Amino acid sequence: MAEIQEQGDSGKGGKKRAKRSSTKIDMTPLVDLAALLITFFMLTTTFNKPQTMEINMPVKPENEEEQIALKASNAMTIILGDNDKLYYYFGLAEDNPEVIESSYASNGIRKVLTSSQVKSNDKMTVMVKPMEGSRYKNMVDILDELKITDTKKFAMVDISDADKQLVQEQIGN
Amino acid sequence: MPKVKVKRKNPSLDMTPMVDLFFLLVTFFMLTATARPDEAVIVDTPSSASEIKIPDTNVITITVDKNSRVFFGVDGQQTKEALLDKMAGKYGIGFTEEEKRTFSLLSNFGVPISQLKSILAMESSERKEVNQPGIPIDSTHNELGDWVLQTRLTNPKVVIAIKGDQDADYPTVKRVIDILQDRKVNRFNLITDMEAKPTNL
Repeated sequence: MAEIQEQGDSGKGGKKRAKRSSTKIDMTPLVDLAALLITFFMLTTTFNKPQTMEINMPVKPENEEEQIALKASNAMTIILGDNDKLYYYFGLAEDNPEVIESSYASNGIRKVLTSSQVKSNDKMTVMVKPMEGSRYKNMVDILDELKITDTKKFAMVDISDADKQLVQEQIGN
Repeated sequence: MPKVKVKRKNPSLDMTPMVDLFFLLVTFFMLTATARPDEAVIVDTPSSASEIKIPDTNVITITVDKNSRVFFGVDGQQTKEALLDKMAGKYGIGFTEEEKRTFSLLSNFGVPISQLKSILAMESSERKEVNQPGIPIDSTHNELGDWVLQTRLTNPKVVIAIKGDQDADYPTVKRVIDILQDRKVNRFNLITDMEAKPTNL
């Protein structure tokens, strides 16, 4: 709406003059339009690019025998179970270790990974063994945890029957 | 004493600076906007504290959705056309120029190569409706492996990113990783959402 400002008539008689008027344009609809466009563009843009997590898988060995056996004192295993459950144990599965249930929460597995038992041992290797029922999110979470706690030596390993047995016993208790 | 008459004036606000500001913002958003690519599935990626950004170009995206379907996508129109040529030669399926052009505009797909022709024949709106079965990843019909290998032969600079849904089951993801490792890809990216990095450890 363009409005014309009227100037007050002095009331006195005199010469009839052409009314002086300054034009003023109401900008409100224009603002409305611009705000609408902004909203549209803000909603259709993908502003932040997705993050990525880089992982290096170990190169598959040509033959199994060349691998060096891991010492029990340097081994830690994390098992990703069904329903977002998480279990871990130190040592090797053959030695019938104590399986402890933990969680992905910040006071769960992260505490274990930052504990002196892991951090003071340079050779400590963490093996991540996801079970068939685990989700992709579990895998990302645990890799993230390992990254946060700055654990350098870790590997994704296929779960063995001995590990499944251990978890089964733990659930049974 | 005569009353002092307050002159009535209807208040009017000068909107001009606001208009200036808004149009500046509009221009900014228009210039920075990149249209959201049309993807065959929507996945809800898990979050991580990782701070690496995904590169803009030369990315193969392998999408795993929550029903364990696998989708394949690569960027670059030339790459895609050359890739389709190679795959057509390998599987003995001929694609017309028109189909190649449609394929080069597709951001990702999830059908066996034998059904690719019918997907390409569809209109883009129709394509969204159709339920794509996913790319075969079992050991007898390992088409995903071929797609990855041929893409890497076409464009050696590509990096591989896996975009998995939170609820995707691990065996499928494991199978995809195994396929990549069979093709001697030991380094790849997992696409995740942003999450605040914890400060107190």
